[in-house]
Amino acid sequence: MTPMAEDRDNHPSMPRETSLAFWMTGFVLLVLMPLLNVLPAEDSWLHLSDFSLNRFGKFLAFAILALGLDLIWGYTGILSLGQGVFFGLGAYCMGMHLMLTIGKESVYGSDLPDFMVWNQVKELPLFWQPFYSFPVALLGAVLVPTVFALVFGFLAFRSRIKGVYFAIITQALALVAWLVFNRNETNLGGTNGLTDFKQLLGFRLSEPGTQRALYVITVLCLGGAYLLCQWIIRSRAGRVLIAVRDSEQRVSFSGYAPANYKLFVFVVAAALAGLAGLLYVPQVGIITPAQIGVLPSLEMVIWVAVGGRGTLAGAVIGAVCVNLGRSVLTNYFPELWPFMLGGLFVSVVLLFPDGLVGILHKLKGRIVARKPAPLAEGEAQA
Amino acid sequence: MSERGSIIYLEGVTVDYDGFKALNNLNFIVNYNELRVVIGPNGAGKTTLLDVICGKVKPAAGRVIFGKDTDLIGKREDDIVKLGIGRKFQAPSIYANLTVWENLDLSLKRPSKGVFQTMFSTCTQEEQARIHETLATIGLQGYAKTRAGSLSHGQKQWLEIGMVILQDPSLLLVDEPVAGMTDKETEQTGILLQSLAARHAIVVIEHDMEFVRQIARIVTVLHEGTVICEGTVEKVQADARVREIYLGRQKVHA
Repeated sequence: MTPMAEDRDNHPSMPRETSLAFWMTGFVLLVLMPLLNVLPAEDSWLHLSDFSLNRFGKFLAFAILALGLDLIWGYTGILSLGQGVFFGLGAYCMGMHLMLTIGKESVYGSDLPDFMVWNQVKELPLFWQPFYSFPVALLGAVLVPTVFALVFGFLAFRSRIKGVYFAIITQALALVAWLVFNRNETNLGGTNGLTDFKQLLGFRLSEPGTQRALYVITVLCLGGAYLLCQWIIRSRAGRVLIAVRDSEQRVSFSGYAPANYKLFVFVVAAALAGLAGLLYVPQVGIITPAQIGVLPSLEMVIWVAVGGRGTLAGAVIGAVCVNLGRSVLTNYFPELWPFMLGGLFVSVVLLFPDGLVGILHKLKGRIVARKPAPLAEGEAQA
Repeated sequence: MSERGSIIYLEGVTVDYDGFKALNNLNFIVNYNELRVVIGPNGAGKTTLLDVICGKVKPAAGRVIFGKDTDLIGKREDDIVKLGIGRKFQAPSIYANLTVWENLDLSLKRPSKGVFQTMFSTCTQEEQARIHETLATIGLQGYAKTRAGSLSHGQKQWLEIGMVILQDPSLLLVDEPVAGMTDKETEQTGILLQSLAARHAIVVIEHDMEFVRQIARIVTVLHEGTVICEGTVEKVQADARVREIYLGRQKVHA
């Protein structure tokens, strides 16, 4: 056996191959679903409506955020209740660009966004200016949350804030962000947020073709994010992250600085949340403070818990399933959704600590060989 | 007192927990290649002594010098580790969700333990050989691929000792290694520590007097944060004050 093979062999908890399931899921999302949208006649049962495809694109954008949250919570054991903030920073960066491209098509026919007109803002605020540029908006959507997480995380982790205290201050952060974005003086549209977008790079957002393209881009970003997270987790640094969760004290007494590793994973999670926000805005057509505050941030944690924390597939499955459930159920029982969400969370915590992926593994274990399920990547702790 | 030849030198160290002096003007010196056992009743300050050396607790007063002239006070834990001080905790402190191999691999001394260097690093052949060697030393040859969380209590303790050895420390701090072990495991641990003493200076904290007799050359007795007696096991057991402290609280298991 070559030395490399032997080294690999000693990490059975870290399978090296990108699984068949990854490529199959990729094929379905990237090829099959858009084809079902385009090819069959509209009245065929095979037809996937523009609305469904667009909605699915939104779920997949959320899945990108869930991957980052899983890295920090599922693998490293740090519960962040403020992921909505990073999502919001990304979404608002993109939203600002989309607002500026409306131009004279706006209700008031002004170059300024409508809300500025009715707030009697005469001149475009300075911080809006760079967002005329599409590349700046793209970069900003990822870099603004990244830099913000870097500063916030540096202060928090250097002060050794951990466990429930970290969860609380990130929740406070979400509340503060919500308050700030709600104010008209912030010049980000206040309670109504940013909406009424018309076009992106000259493509009409109302066109199914544009939305289809955005969907495909979202799938590609999700695939890239998945591979990036997988690569991080399977590297030696990924094992340090799991080690931080298991015994942070031992990590620092093995010569690693846990604060640096936590900061790293917090920043990666924030960047992925920003990317999710960037992809969300043009597909959904609106971003408001209600989507980035305390409650949405909590809901993001529930996605990961339901899917199965500590497995990357779980994060994606959880984000898609919970949001799919939400959009189906809110059609029929809109007022019951918060209770269902709460009930879901409680039952996952009490009955299925490893989430949907854990249940799948158990079933597979029973069917295949009546052996205990193989360790998932890093295996989530109950 | 001469500093020459000492690997760790504590002078006048005081640790104050809101008025309670866990260590009180403590002087403590260990020389290179020494295996030192520290005993003392509960609350004597034994674990605090280790905490001070490895940077977990900052003393209110005193000097802590490592080797010739490295001042340890104010240094961060992971930097002290890099200087060459390894610590084995009282309760097994291992990575339950990683394999035994992965536990050892992460602990191995490497030029850099920064995030990005670690991310791109691979395990060289020499490093693998060292891990294999350590697996043999701690008696866990067949367990490389086992999840560390499923090892027995004794095996976890050995794994942690192995993890500390792989850091190549010149000073090894070991806190109650045999607590909760069976007699056979205790004896094996004694043999392990004695074999390690050839290459590292070791400070062991222990309650179990039988184990102390098995491994000890020089024993330091702590009481209420200060050293009250130091010498061979026989000398310490014959000391009137030591007997008083122990008999006042509990019997010396002679």
